[in-house]
Amino acid sequence: MTKQLKIALPKGKLLPDTQALLQKAAWGMDGYVDGAKIYRLKSSRFPNLIGKIFHERDIPIQVAIGNYDLGICGLDWVEELLSKYTASPLVKLRNLGYGEGALYMVAAGLKSAPAVEAIQAGREVVRLVSEYPNLAESFALKNRLKRFSVFPLWGAAEAYPPESAELALVAGKPGEQNFNHNLLAVSEVLNFNACLIANKNSWEREDLSELLASLDGHFPAATKHPSLPASRKTGRITGSYSSPKADENIIKLALADGHQQSPTVQLLSKAGIRVDDYPSKTGNRRPVIGLEGVTVKVIRPQDMPMQVANGNFDMAITGIDWLTDHLIQFPSSPVAELLDLKYSLVRIVVVVSNEVPVENIAGLKQYYSGRAAPVRVAAEYTNIADKFARDNHLGVYKVIPTWGATEAFLPEDADLLIENTETGGTIARHNLKIIGTLFESTARLIGNKDSIASLAKTKRIKAIVETLRAAVSSPPPKGDIELNPSLSPSDLHTESRKSETNWDFSKGRCLK
Amino acid sequence: MGVQRAKGTQDLSPEDMRRFRLIEGVFRDSCLKWGYEEVRTPTLEYLHLFTSTGTLTPSRLGRVYSFLDWDGWSGERVVLRPDGTIPIARLYIEDMSERELAKLFYVTNVFSFEATGKESREKWQCGVELIGAGSTAADVELLLLALGVLKQLGLQDVEVRLSHADLIRALLAKFGLNPEEQHNVFDRILDGDAEVLAGMKSENPELGKTLATLIDLKGGSSGFLKNLKALFGGDSKEMEPALNNFIKTVDLLEAVGVNYQIDLASGRGFEYYTGVMFKLVIGGEQIGGGGRYDHLIPLMGGKPTPASGFALYLDHLMRLTRVATLVGPSAQKVLIKAEDSAMKEAFKLAAILHKAGREAEVDLGSQQPSEYKWLITVGVKAPRFVLTNRTSRKKFEAQTADEVIKILNPKP
Repeated sequence: MTKQLKIALPKGKLLPDTQALLQKAAWGMDGYVDGAKIYRLKSSRFPNLIGKIFHERDIPIQVAIGNYDLGICGLDWVEELLSKYTASPLVKLRNLGYGEGALYMVAAGLKSAPAVEAIQAGREVVRLVSEYPNLAESFALKNRLKRFSVFPLWGAAEAYPPESAELALVAGKPGEQNFNHNLLAVSEVLNFNACLIANKNSWEREDLSELLASLDGHFPAATKHPSLPASRKTGRITGSYSSPKADENIIKLALADGHQQSPTVQLLSKAGIRVDDYPSKTGNRRPVIGLEGVTVKVIRPQDMPMQVANGNFDMAITGIDWLTDHLIQFPSSPVAELLDLKYSLVRIVVVVSNEVPVENIAGLKQYYSGRAAPVRVAAEYTNIADKFARDNHLGVYKVIPTWGATEAFLPEDADLLIENTETGGTIARHNLKIIGTLFESTARLIGNKDSIASLAKTKRIKAIVETLRAAVSSPPPKGDIELNPSLSPSDLHTESRKSETNWDFSKGRCLK
Repeated sequence: MGVQRAKGTQDLSPEDMRRFRLIEGVFRDSCLKWGYEEVRTPTLEYLHLFTSTGTLTPSRLGRVYSFLDWDGWSGERVVLRPDGTIPIARLYIEDMSERELAKLFYVTNVFSFEATGKESREKWQCGVELIGAGSTAADVELLLLALGVLKQLGLQDVEVRLSHADLIRALLAKFGLNPEEQHNVFDRILDGDAEVLAGMKSENPELGKTLATLIDLKGGSSGFLKNLKALFGGDSKEMEPALNNFIKTVDLLEAVGVNYQIDLASGRGFEYYTGVMFKLVIGGEQIGGGGRYDHLIPLMGGKPTPASGFALYLDHLMRLTRVATLVGPSAQKVLIKAEDSAMKEAFKLAAILHKAGREAEVDLGSQQPSEYKWLITVGVKAPRFVLTNRTSRKKFEAQTADEVIKILNPKP
């Protein structure tokens, strides 16, 4: 083994078992531990092997594009890539026997799972949600759904049916039939384990034998081999399906999961609004809010602008970062910013490696102007990154979508990042530097313009906005809530979202 | 990374475009003579237009170019037109359904991902759709129109392979296959996947034999179909309407003198077809095809309307059309040269010559005089025009544009 070989290793739930496997194989990858601060790894046994820790979902892509010779990740993410990009140069080498799971298409049903045909019959457009949008689309095509929308999600797919989606493709345990919120498996889409994958060129041309041999004999006995990705139905499902009757008067509010929860609770309580079971210890995604005629669901903040735009929710609390990303993709989206809630402050920054001799955004274009290879911009905010590259005339560029741990991409697998940061600490620790700030982001109350304008909802939405506005601006908790119905919907519009022409990333700041 | 065209796409050079326009011209003229009207549909359509009929196979829909539009927050996608017929059916339902008969044609591109790199991801088609006519005569008219175009293009040895979608369906249905499985199984049989057939045979040996016989058999007359009907007569009631329809079409084709080959296996990709299907083949290469699709318009939400159509594959025809049949650049081209001070006169002369039906170019400094028959030098002083015939090497002088035209077009 002379040439340098690279392996992409997963963080998260597969890490402990993968770590154990590599220990048994005596690779000596000491830094590969849970909560690792440094994502670049060396092997003491194989001096030519280097590793990097990625979000599991990025691994098949990194291996397919040839940045890594080998990778370990769940078969679910491999199939998610291959179901859409069938020609990806990726070889599945081996089932590793751990990380067992299954993907299920689930729908709401009381006793028996509804048939896909029954769902289509009751809906003009069938809505599918998933973190696995390619597999969801492939399911829709295989089942010959006549008309459907697939919403890619960052998470919480199980929270959507039946009100916000008919079908959700979710990961669960093998053999699982019942899911949260009365969801039942309509179809078992895939059984998966962790697997070892290789780039096709590396597999055909490089000598990986020593590495592969070292793993042999250390695999946990597989309880079950991952099935081929056959969309096999759980029995012959003939159950009926009735779409829930939506109450036009109910205001649907989305609250965020994750670290935005505690400042949100603080603000709501300052405003005298109680929310039961939020944050929830049991993973309940439908807490009860102390506001008449308002229902709450807990979803990912990243997914909120799209879900408010399409009318699944009337209002949501998310960051202006995600709203900005959404509005760049959909400039005429009917989502309006209603109120700046002033918490969860982060900066959206442009980051390069410390080794890059560029100190500001203006210097980027010059630095990359002579380069033949495309400038690689890695970001969770793909639309902001795309606009940034366009506005700054980066020439030939590509945006690499990431799902967290974006810092790991620099310097080998990307040239610059568009990232959010609170203190800049993580960025500095990875030997990276900030060369510009695009804008500052805080939590915002956002709303659907049609909902705001609707007779049934306008007064109550205004009242909620005013209640929260008072809470944002006054420190002491309030007793009685004074509702202010004199405000007209157009008042809300005046402070609604800034037109997209106000974002000019070429100046390095979001102009307001 | 240098400048390059996107993978899987092609440029059409001036030479390619001459071929393209020739084929397109012959096709248009033929269609107009048969009383068809030209239409053009948008490149972008809603994806659900193509998913809603339930007829296109998942593997085909899995290769479309679809994306969210700038106002696509509803999650519904738009798609670069992957098929020629469905948009025409949409147009008919949307704007023309009051017409009993719509005879339409189009020249269009269709988009579909192709991984091998052997074919383009953007393909051009000359298509005809005959909406509102359900008769055997309609199918035969389309075939005659298609063959007429190929004949005018000087293409010989065109094979016509006939199949029948409902006949295939009736066969596969006897094996208890649902519509979703039918395409899959049929395509696998045609791909030579013996296991599928073997599996079916073991479950139902008689049927398996019938299917194998039918798919392997090839014949060139309606007698062949009648024999088939007699052979499987008793146990094939479901196949009878399809067989009768097939025989009727074939009888008429024989009457009008079209040579054909019956080949059920040529029914590959029968997605939305219902009746007779045909493939046009030259030297083993398929250059067109079509058939009857009576269910498509009602499936898309229109009134029950019989329809059939075909498409010729322009990319394939461009390769096959011989250069001899092409109209090359005119042999009578004129190049006009002028000093800067006489440029105005040079452009004026070019305009007059164009009006008179001549190909005339103004010299921009890099034209090769050897490619032109006539050189005309324009000056400010007399003689204002000096003409050189590059073939005969003779020189002429003229004072007015009219005199120039007279010299270029001598009275016989």
